[in-house]
Amino acid sequence: MYAKSFQRPKSLFGEFSRKSGDHLTTHYCPGCGHGNLHKYIAEAIDELGMQDRTVLVNPVGCSVFAYYYFDVGNIQVPHGRAPAAATAVKRALPDSLVISYQGDGDLAAIGGNEILHCANRGENITVFFVNNAIYGMTGGQMAPTTLLGQRTSTSPTGRQILEEGFPMHVSELLASLEGPSYIERVGLFDNKSRMRARKAVKKGLQNQIEGRGFSLIEVLSPCPTGWGLTPTDACNWVKENLLPVFPLGVIKDVTADRENWNRRRLEVTPERVAEVLGITHATAEKRTATWTDSNVATCYRDPRIKLAGFGGQGVLFLGKLLAEVGMREGFNVSWLPSYGPEMRGGTANCAVNISTLPVGSPLISDPSVLIATNRPSLDKFAPEVVSGGVILYDSSLIDTAPTRDDVEVLAVPATAIADSIGSPKVANIVMLGAYIGLTNVLPKERVVAVIESMTKKKALVELNIKAIDAGIEHASKAHVAEDSWAV
Amino acid sequence: MAQELIKGNEAVVKAAIMAGCRSFYGYPITPASEIAEAAARYFHESGGTFLQAESEVGAINMVYGAASCGERTMTASSGPGISLMQEGISYLAGSELPCVIVDIMRGGPGLGNIAPEQADYHQVVKGGGHGSYHTIVLAPNSAQEMCDLTFLAFELADRVRNPAIVLADGFIGQMMEPVEFPDRMVEPDDKPWAVHGDAETRKNLITSIYLSPEDLERHVRHLETKYALETDGIAMCEKYHTGDAEFLVIGYGIVSRVLKTAVDHAREMGIKVGLLRPITLWPFPTVQIAYEANYVKSMLVVELSTGQLVDDVRLAVNGEIPVRFYSRVGGVVPTTDELLTQIIKASEADHVRKVVPAAEESLWGV
Repeated sequence: MYAKSFQRPKSLFGEFSRKSGDHLTTHYCPGCGHGNLHKYIAEAIDELGMQDRTVLVNPVGCSVFAYYYFDVGNIQVPHGRAPAAATAVKRALPDSLVISYQGDGDLAAIGGNEILHCANRGENITVFFVNNAIYGMTGGQMAPTTLLGQRTSTSPTGRQILEEGFPMHVSELLASLEGPSYIERVGLFDNKSRMRARKAVKKGLQNQIEGRGFSLIEVLSPCPTGWGLTPTDACNWVKENLLPVFPLGVIKDVTADRENWNRRRLEVTPERVAEVLGITHATAEKRTATWTDSNVATCYRDPRIKLAGFGGQGVLFLGKLLAEVGMREGFNVSWLPSYGPEMRGGTANCAVNISTLPVGSPLISDPSVLIATNRPSLDKFAPEVVSGGVILYDSSLIDTAPTRDDVEVLAVPATAIADSIGSPKVANIVMLGAYIGLTNVLPKERVVAVIESMTKKKALVELNIKAIDAGIEHASKAHVAEDSWAV
Repeated sequence: MAQELIKGNEAVVKAAIMAGCRSFYGYPITPASEIAEAAARYFHESGGTFLQAESEVGAINMVYGAASCGERTMTASSGPGISLMQEGISYLAGSELPCVIVDIMRGGPGLGNIAPEQADYHQVVKGGGHGSYHTIVLAPNSAQEMCDLTFLAFELADRVRNPAIVLADGFIGQMMEPVEFPDRMVEPDDKPWAVHGDAETRKNLITSIYLSPEDLERHVRHLETKYALETDGIAMCEKYHTGDAEFLVIGYGIVSRVLKTAVDHAREMGIKVGLLRPITLWPFPTVQIAYEANYVKSMLVVELSTGQLVDDVRLAVNGEIPVRFYSRVGGVVPTTDELLTQIIKASEADHVRKVVPAAEESLWGV
């Protein structure tokens, strides 16, 4: 037993070759708690048979060089971010033993957010939180856990409530969350407390192996150099000053009720990926649309379409539908929305190019077609339409016709028509019908095919077809009427 | 190969998964949120991890953790979030960890607005974090390139062992265009330097700390040499009508799309103008631009920031010819007519230059 307790754990290096200078002693000061804690962690890793599978996430602080000593996989991370990095390590390597080793400045100050959310997610990792009430590495500045009245180089007259606030009880704070499974505070100031610490360390690691979720062991650790005390006095200082503020014991333990908290990914297969992403490799014949031999009047070709209305009227969807149909017909297309808060409840507009040539600018400042479904949109965009262009507007909702006489204007009582065939929601599709009825730019069959591919509900498809037909019919009637006037 | 009408922001995610990316760690921000939303839909179901982090700081450090394990990983954000990630990006570069970061730029500074700008150029192309490092920066100008350059970003990040950033603006992210996705999934090469939680990689250490000045100097020199060797020859640009051009316009992202149409119009008017569009912003197509400077009378740089890209163009041209500049900011994107006017103005200025070179010099400060 005596011999065993002095054996070096396998998970610690015998010689510290990563360290410069002397390879036999650590960089920690005499009497520092890190040495004990390193040893307990390494022993537990050995006992659990996890050396090869351990990944230690090294913080910034005195233990930034923990990788000098731990003969395990090592990752050194930015200040305070160990819980975030450890989260991703565990997700990537669910069979590994992931340890986040952090000091009080690292975990409680700069990394407060990372530890809070890691704990709240109940990540299946183990965190060792070394609390020595001071920033050791940078030379003894105040930490969130510094005691009231405690003098440090940045609280030279002692920590004051009204200046720096109270010492932070991180373990109690985290224990108030539902996420963590096991939180215990231990000390390293006498044999009894060290024995207890050793047990807690092992339990914290065991929990992870058993998939019981998030464990955090807070360790009250002496810092003789930072406190300006001898190692013996430092141990006494822990007992006399830290203990009353940070009492030892199990703060939360629901490990018995927690199982399967290890997150595992689904198996990746090319087939699954293709299915999830909807990427089809069918070598469908690629169409290339041309206007040659087309019945589309020259003025309607390669339209630059602006669609505008209230949010919720479906103008963005209508634009997407036009672009989708255009693409499947073999045109080059682009769809560009106005985006952001103005979409939510306000006006929405989008720009659609359908062209036989590659689309240069997807922005449309001089539309050849305007489809407007509310008054503000018509007022705003009607002046931008090029001479010889087309304006279609929902005359059920807009009572004033555009005043321009150099463009073709088609009033479509789209909302009224949509109402009459069953739902005002398809007013946008009526507008689409009117547009293709007027211009012949896209064939109805392709529009129907696209709608069919978008919804499986037969009734909805039929309603949309009705809406398209009604729109086409309205456009042809209007045209006939116009022609008859011409006569 | 079937075409899919898709937003640039969503194309990024599908391309990433096809490129073998296994995890996405992000935080919502307009106009990049569709990337996180698409990642939430696709990553888990296709056998990866999607996690909405507590902040961009958390997200980039999760990327750091995942990259340390040797898996292809990514995040996406917009200007304010990229600013928060700069610490992590510096650590990633210092620890030589590959990852892909997508920046869908919005208006700044501060909260600015959510409309498209290109003012992240400096913070992304010139570093932004502390220390001597670079990030590889690719600048798509279509939904197809959002796919293709994301794919390429993963390849380059692995090759250089360094973060690669896809830098796009709000419009390129929000725009839907037909995209053809790659026809097979990539299986990335094994990374023997990574920490896999096994016996073979137990000795591996991921770190950016080099305590002694001599060691750190060696490390920084190593990075410098690595950048020079591994990125040699990868600078890319698109040239349009440059063959007989007497005058060149330069822009990237959405601006290059508007410029292309403006160049078409200008050509119809008989102006011999060409377009050069940087596709890689780091490494910058310095050689290509310097080459063109031998054949054109002047260049006009257009960008959605008050003069960031133009700095690199001027360094490339090195005072050989005048480099003019035109910008819109705040989310205003110039129209085709507006840029056509600038092209006409600049081409007329060239005519003036022939007559009074002295005045030209004082005018343009060359």
